[in-house]
Amino acid sequence: MLQKNDVAPDFTLYATPDQKIKLSEFKGHNVILAFYPADWSPVCSDQMALYNEMLKYFKKYDAEILGISVDSKWCHLAFAQSRKLHFPLLADFEAKGEVAKKYGVYDEEEGECKRALFVIDKEGVIQWSYLSPTAVNPGADGIIEALENLK
Amino acid sequence: MSLKPRVNDKDRIQGNGSADVTIVEYGDYQCPHCGAAHPILKKMMAELGSQIRFVFRNFPLSEMHEYARPAALAAEAAAEQGKFWEMHDAIYENQSSLSTRLFMDLAERLGLDVDNFKSALQDQSVDEKVEGDFESGMMSGVNGTPTFFVNGEKFDGGAEDLVRMLHEN
Repeated sequence: MLQKNDVAPDFTLYATPDQKIKLSEFKGHNVILAFYPADWSPVCSDQMALYNEMLKYFKKYDAEILGISVDSKWCHLAFAQSRKLHFPLLADFEAKGEVAKKYGVYDEEEGECKRALFVIDKEGVIQWSYLSPTAVNPGADGIIEALENLK
Repeated sequence: MSLKPRVNDKDRIQGNGSADVTIVEYGDYQCPHCGAAHPILKKMMAELGSQIRFVFRNFPLSEMHEYARPAALAAEAAAEQGKFWEMHDAIYENQSSLSTRLFMDLAERLGLDVDNFKSALQDQSVDEKVEGDFESGMMSGVNGTPTFFVNGEKFDGGAEDLVRMLHEN
């Protein structure tokens, strides 16, 4: 798993059925990458829904959040609409898990992303990373603290 | 993970203010899990209230739950007339029929001055209380509702686990 001071590997992934997002487009802004196992988690207020409530706080730190899982762009679209998510979900779908592998957070056994967080600074360097137990929603305190430390 | 900030005089507190055990709940009035926890917590306070200081902090998931924030504002607005817990209980007891109208009806039923209640709903201080609670939850690692803290440390479990733990100790 990539750590503090590693350069964040660039990638281009689908964010909607007809739009791709390239990480390096965010140079000049902080980025939060939230790898997660799968859309449609059954838990009330799951991780993505939780971050959805915190977007204005992330904005205060000039940070964009990007969710990433191996689900397809169509699955992400339905999930985002259903949960009224207002930030991009990226499809690490073809080749499956390629980006997660670059960041060292792919679960080979399950064929899913692990639950992992990265805070990347304006220069594209990882400043904080955290691997959460898959069953545990890590919340946002670690992210906020990392963003606070970037100031 | 620990509670930030600690329990202070801005908090809504019930039970024994000088008890050795402090429980903080971060809750959302429209969250079904919080609704299910409510009667369990009521019973807990009825039985053990003399040994517990209980605090409720707002953690409305507004994007998911349309009435979570309006309900939080209603309870905090009722607090200005000293009826926070009465409104808090009434909202949870009517969780299946949340609406703006309901909050007005409850205000009337609880004997609040309805005009003052309405104007308090617009108060910046009421808004800031709800916002401040949410922010504190975010900083404390709240990852869903309800989340409990016992003596400042995150408790890994729901209301039933909490009661079991209290009975064991």
